[in-house]
Formats: sequence, structure tokens, C-alpha cells
Amino acid sequence: MATIAVQVRFFASLREALGHESLQCQVPNGCSLAQLLRELDRQLGEASTALRAENVRVAVNQSLVSTELALNAGDEVAFLPPVTGG
Amino acid sequence: MGTQIRVQTEDFDLAREYQAQRERLEPAGACGAIACFAGLVRDQYQGEAVGELFLEHYPGMTEASIEALVAKAAARWELLDVLVIHRVGALLPTDQIVLVSVASPHRAEAFAACEFVMDYLKTDAVFWKREVLGERGAHWVESTAADRARVAGWQTQGSGADKQ
Repeated sequence: MATIAVQVRFFASLREALGHESLQCQVPNGCSLAQLLRELDRQLGEASTALRAENVRVAVNQSLVSTELALNAGDEVAFLPPVTGG
Repeated sequence: MGTQIRVQTEDFDLAREYQAQRERLEPAGACGAIACFAGLVRDQYQGEAVGELFLEHYPGMTEASIEALVAKAAARWELLDVLVIHRVGALLPTDQIVLVSVASPHRAEAFAACEFVMDYLKTDAVFWKREVLGERGAHWVESTAADRARVAGWQTQGSGADKQ
């Protein structure tokens, strides 16, 4: 199966929990969130459970996604802990 | 409507920004009201002394998140110009964090939109705050139930100055 390269970024408390600011991942073309998480489990080990927390949101190319992912080559996926500005 | 959104490490000068906003207004004579809000770093959090506040953001997405909430305000009230300056990086107690300045024909819209933008910045803007406290050490601040209640309030009730 053809794989594609995507960039995955982690912010704030997630970056601290995972010990990485960003990772390059090789995933199937049209990769779903579940597939991406499995790849991240493989790269990060047990710490990756933090990515499944209910309050973590996912953005692809800087837009929040509420539906299923279908990643393309070169996409940037970000895992975002709860935000607060102001 | 004019919009200026800046995310920066540098401090801002409220008087200079206010004057620049006045000069930006088109048509200038339509503006009867400018409401400004400045957010500052306090030195206490839940009874503990605050040492340092670090603001992290996602360049690109953070600006877009502020644009989106400003667009909500502009759709709801008649506004002439909205300025948001939000600082990032390391800040200390008494430092300025954020400036929101809203220009409108009338004061009701200016006050309401300024408050709306600030309330939504608290819950929707893409920033993360790492606070270093006296006893507790570093922790990541989350928006509070009170913050979320304020946003919920905007969603359920009109302000009386809403566009018809």
C-alpha cells in the first residue's frame, strides 16, 4: 500500500506528556484518525494514550476537524489540549 | 469594517493603538464610540503567588481563531473597526497581555462587541497558558466554568444592540 508522509504537531501539555514537539509519520494515503493514532502509539509507546483524552482536539492544516480524517501527503495534523486566551 | 489582529511578543502602547485606530476609521465621522479593554497578568491564582506566565500559540491557526471570533462580533453588531493585540511568550505579573478595541457608531454596540470578543478569546482563541505558581510549580491554565458560562450567555440572549 502506498504510504504518505504527514507532519504531526503537539502543543502545550501534550508536548510535555509526549516529549515531542512534532513527528514525521508515514501513514496510508487517506489515513483515518484511528490509523494515525496506531502509528503514533508505535512511535510514542504508552504515552500516546494522552492523545485520546476527550478534551483533546485535532486540527488538519490548521482547521479543527469534527468529522473523520482522510489525510493527504504533506498534511499537518495538530493535537491541541484545551485552549484559553485573553 | 476594518480589522487588525496581531499576535506578538512585544508590549503595546494603548494610547498609540487607539490613535492609530481613530486614523484608520473610514468614514471617520461615522464613529461615535470606541471601547477599549486591556487584560493584565495578576500576581495571584487561587491564593498562590504567580511567578511567570508563558503564552504558547500555533502560528497561523491562532490568528485565524481570533479572526473567526471577530467575524462573529461583526456579524452581530454594526462595527467600524476591531483591533485585537494578543501577546505571547514569557510575561510577568502587571504585564499587559491583550488589547481589544472596538469602534462603532454607538456605545451599546462598542461595549457589547468588546465584551463579546474578550469572552470568546477566553474560550475559543488558540493559546495555551503555562503558569508558574509559588507552591504548585508549573501548570497549564484552562478556561473556567465561569468563562464558558459567559460564552453560553452570548449564545442564548441578545444584547439589545444586536443587528435586526
